[in-house]
Amino acid sequence: MTLAVFLTLAIASVIFALLMVLTKNPVHSVIFLLLTFFAIAGQYVLLNAQFLAVVHIIVYAGAVMVLFLFVLMLLNLNTDAEPRQTARWKLAAAIASGMLLLTMVGALRGGAELPIPETSDPHVGLVKNLGRVLFTDFVVPFEVAGILFLAAMVGAVLLAKREIR
Amino acid sequence: MLDVVKTVPIDYYLWLSCALFCIGVFGVLIRRNALVVLMCVELMLNAVNLLLAAFSTYLSDAQGQILVFFIMVVAAAEAAVGLGILVMIFRNTHTTDIYLLDKLRG
Repeated sequence: MTLAVFLTLAIASVIFALLMVLTKNPVHSVIFLLLTFFAIAGQYVLLNAQFLAVVHIIVYAGAVMVLFLFVLMLLNLNTDAEPRQTARWKLAAAIASGMLLLTMVGALRGGAELPIPETSDPHVGLVKNLGRVLFTDFVVPFEVAGILFLAAMVGAVLLAKREIR
Repeated sequence: MLDVVKTVPIDYYLWLSCALFCIGVFGVLIRRNALVVLMCVELMLNAVNLLLAAFSTYLSDAQGQILVFFIMVVAAAEAAVGLGILVMIFRNTHTTDIYLLDKLRG
């Protein structure tokens, strides 16, 4: 049952990711990437990381993809006006990424067996535990992430604003 | 709750993440719209996130999931700044075709 759910989500995410890359229309790309993110959120639920799944949906589906769609509409790129790549370049890209996949799978297959415990703690991905770890062991990175967000916000506003004459 | 640790080998998550990452690399190589290239980078980051979450659950260690949060923070900041740069480029050149954006090439 769990394996069937995993395989369904995995195949769905790979197919949607491929469709995202291969479709011509950028708006369709955004929609397919959104579906991929939902499949990945399903994987998080399956992994008993509920908080991560919710945050993933909020951040990616709620913020990042809306931002992408907004810019797409703002720049009026929502037609399939993207220039076509040459067939030779497409083939080269397919070979290059296929080789990368082959290398990664080959390197990971021969690795040492990781000692996975038989039973796992079901509470590890819950808000209570994650919050405790985040605000005890990872306080400094948390604050640095806040500063990074502030810097990114200021930078984005400065970049996108019209120049003052 | 379904027990994923007993029924799904960790290798399956490895293969899935590798596949998603390589699809992202393929997209970066094949697309000419800078916006879609940024989306493919998001997909690559998500492949890594998935693997971190999987190892975190399998090893009952919350640190992996904390790292996923920080990757999400960086990804969101990157998307915001990247799109800001893209809007500025579009305002100046009226295109997002990465083939025409080679002014920095020596």
